[in-house]
Amino acid sequence: MTMVGWLQIILFCVIIVALTKPLGWYMTRVFGGERTILSSALRPIEAGIYWISGVDEKREQHWLTYTVAMLLFHVGGFLVIYGVMRLQAMLPFNPAGQPAVAEDLSFNTAVSFITNTNWQNYGGESTLSYLTQMVGLTHQNFLSAATGIALAVALIRGFSRASTRTVGNFWVDVTRCTLYVLLPICIVYTLFLVWQGMPQTLGDYVEATTLEGAKQTIAVGPVASQVAIKMLGTNGGGFFNANAAHPFENPTALSNFVQMLSIFALGAALTNVFGRMVGNQRQGWAILSVMGVLFIAGVAITYWAEANGTSMLQALGLTGGNMEGKEVRFGILASSLFAVVTTAASCGAVNAMHDSFTALGGMIPLINIELGEIIVGGVGAGMYGMLLFVILAIFVAGLMVGRTPEYVGKKIEAREVKMAMLAVLVLPLMILGWTAVGVVYPAAVASMANAGPHGFTEVLYAFTSAAGNNGSAFAGLTGNTFFYNLTLACAMFVGRFFMIIPAMAIAGSLAEKKSVPPSMGTFPTTGGLFVGLVVGVILIMGGLTFFPALALGPIVEHLAMNAGNLF
Amino acid sequence: MLREIRPAIVLLLVLTAITGLAYPLAMTAIAGALFPAQAQGSLIKKDGKVVGSALIGQEFRDDKYFHGRLSATLAPDPNDSTKTVSAPYNAANSGGANLGPTSKALADRLKADVDKLRAENPNQPVPVDLLTTSASGLDPDISPEAAQFQVPRVAKARNLPEDAVKQLVAANSEGRLVGLLGEPRVNVLALNLALDQAAAK
Repeated sequence: MTMVGWLQIILFCVIIVALTKPLGWYMTRVFGGERTILSSALRPIEAGIYWISGVDEKREQHWLTYTVAMLLFHVGGFLVIYGVMRLQAMLPFNPAGQPAVAEDLSFNTAVSFITNTNWQNYGGESTLSYLTQMVGLTHQNFLSAATGIALAVALIRGFSRASTRTVGNFWVDVTRCTLYVLLPICIVYTLFLVWQGMPQTLGDYVEATTLEGAKQTIAVGPVASQVAIKMLGTNGGGFFNANAAHPFENPTALSNFVQMLSIFALGAALTNVFGRMVGNQRQGWAILSVMGVLFIAGVAITYWAEANGTSMLQALGLTGGNMEGKEVRFGILASSLFAVVTTAASCGAVNAMHDSFTALGGMIPLINIELGEIIVGGVGAGMYGMLLFVILAIFVAGLMVGRTPEYVGKKIEAREVKMAMLAVLVLPLMILGWTAVGVVYPAAVASMANAGPHGFTEVLYAFTSAAGNNGSAFAGLTGNTFFYNLTLACAMFVGRFFMIIPAMAIAGSLAEKKSVPPSMGTFPTTGGLFVGLVVGVILIMGGLTFFPALALGPIVEHLAMNAGNLF
Repeated sequence: MLREIRPAIVLLLVLTAITGLAYPLAMTAIAGALFPAQAQGSLIKKDGKVVGSALIGQEFRDDKYFHGRLSATLAPDPNDSTKTVSAPYNAANSGGANLGPTSKALADRLKADVDKLRAENPNQPVPVDLLTTSASGLDPDISPEAAQFQVPRVAKARNLPEDAVKQLVAANSEGRLVGLLGEPRVNVLALNLALDQAAAK
């Protein structure tokens, strides 16, 4: 670990905190339907979209209608991606002549992109046409991100409103998020990325003759426009197979730094949106503090483990850390930081191969996802995931003092706690359940690339990443098989929607409640005690659920590595 | 609920057209006009022919060239399309080796390779990036130490004084951005092009 490394980490955190307030202010105005700086340009387009789609923007929806609208929207999104992938050979923008994508891979990828997972069983440059990348993937990157944010805003409305049956209008929230938040940032961001060296072309793959006379086919494409939303929307599905490790998908140290910032920016800003909408920004800062504590701890461990290197490198007298599966321009620090950021935030882009991380360095990304990706989290998903844990923490605090728990003026009662528990149980069910199948079913076992405990971790990581809608991988595992295409799709689907439905039920039930003013007995939720309590509940819940699985994978591997055992 | 069906279809199609077609196509046009070189892939031409991209590593095996990092990229087996074969620096199929910290295959390879490198230059410690596989299989860079390590071999193969080669390495080294971001590095293709140019003089 070096001083320069820690300075980069500090700079990263400072910029995120500095962005939180202005972005939160802007997004609160967007979702409140107020005028913004872009309104004069975008309002006519917005109104036109409502007119043609038959959306009455004044009409609000009950939580159930809101959720059904969201699900209908995703059925359509699924059909678009699946259709384009199956038909890509006949459609335009296919200079590399990619054939139709197989049924199971198309199914997996379509589920992967509507759930904001963006798990890559496909190899971008070797499987997909430019049209599939644009209409299938870029488009769904926008919509799944906008959906996540819309759902988080709907849940926040549940807290901030009182005695009402509605939580907003899904169509309006998605449209406004896309037009006012995602698109304008992406347009500027795309140009920045191209300036840094990212291709943006519809031309053919380039044939080069290397200095030594060999032929090299260089895949290019409309990369930058996709990468911008891939990062900003915490999607993470790569244009190329190697994702953000590919020099075209992440050309410089600066592009890497800005990509990390853009993963966190909107998720962090949503904590401020929450604070503003419930009328006290300190409530938002308290939640961001919970995220910050867990984040810094994770970064420190991964950075330490990767800088230390593996025992096989040390045995050969090689210093400089674990460079296996990392790029020189990023080195140890930027690779470790990226790995923690991308898993804290449900992004899943990778700029180094997590499969080749040290056992402990690779365990932190795994834990980040297993905790529910609530450390900033996926855009929207992180916020509603974190609020579920807050409800549980408040409930635990209420039990300790024997009072009905309250949070930002709302009484937390049996229905909310039951729904929060239901949502929190989805992850272990999908992760541990499918991992158990994956390590005994012969066709699944054959997919492991590494033997011993590392092979187990590959399977555990795959289902963790899928259920958590992250999308990063221990990529040695051969995921493009019938078994994994279907089971991972199941984990992604259940992990996304069976968490959303209880969260929306909470939104509806909170919105109907009266708002109670704070009294002498109200537990203050803006101070250090609250932050500590939420961190504690997250770690205890996560620890109790996943420690046995982690002990079989990364922990035993770490001990084996130090003992000099190889597999 | 029925009245939600029309927006589900029409809004989806409108937003698909905006974000999936209008946005990427407009960005392609604008980026192509503002940054034409980068938008096409930062291609390097020599005598009118494309010799590679400034951002994409390529394979060097000859002693007279600096070598890049190990690449684990694959290509379809020409004899059996269901299998793959090793094809280093395949820029149409990026990827890493994905071997873990307790992999016997990785340990065996490291042992064999470290001996080869130590035989090549016994006077300097072996830089870790020369022995390890990159994440993308297309890493264009090596560390300045890894370039220095190869100077004696390249100088000997080209009958150049070591100092002249060292100067080229220094001229092609880049530091951290504003002293903070990223890592010091040398672009292997740029360095080798500079070497060829120096030899031609």
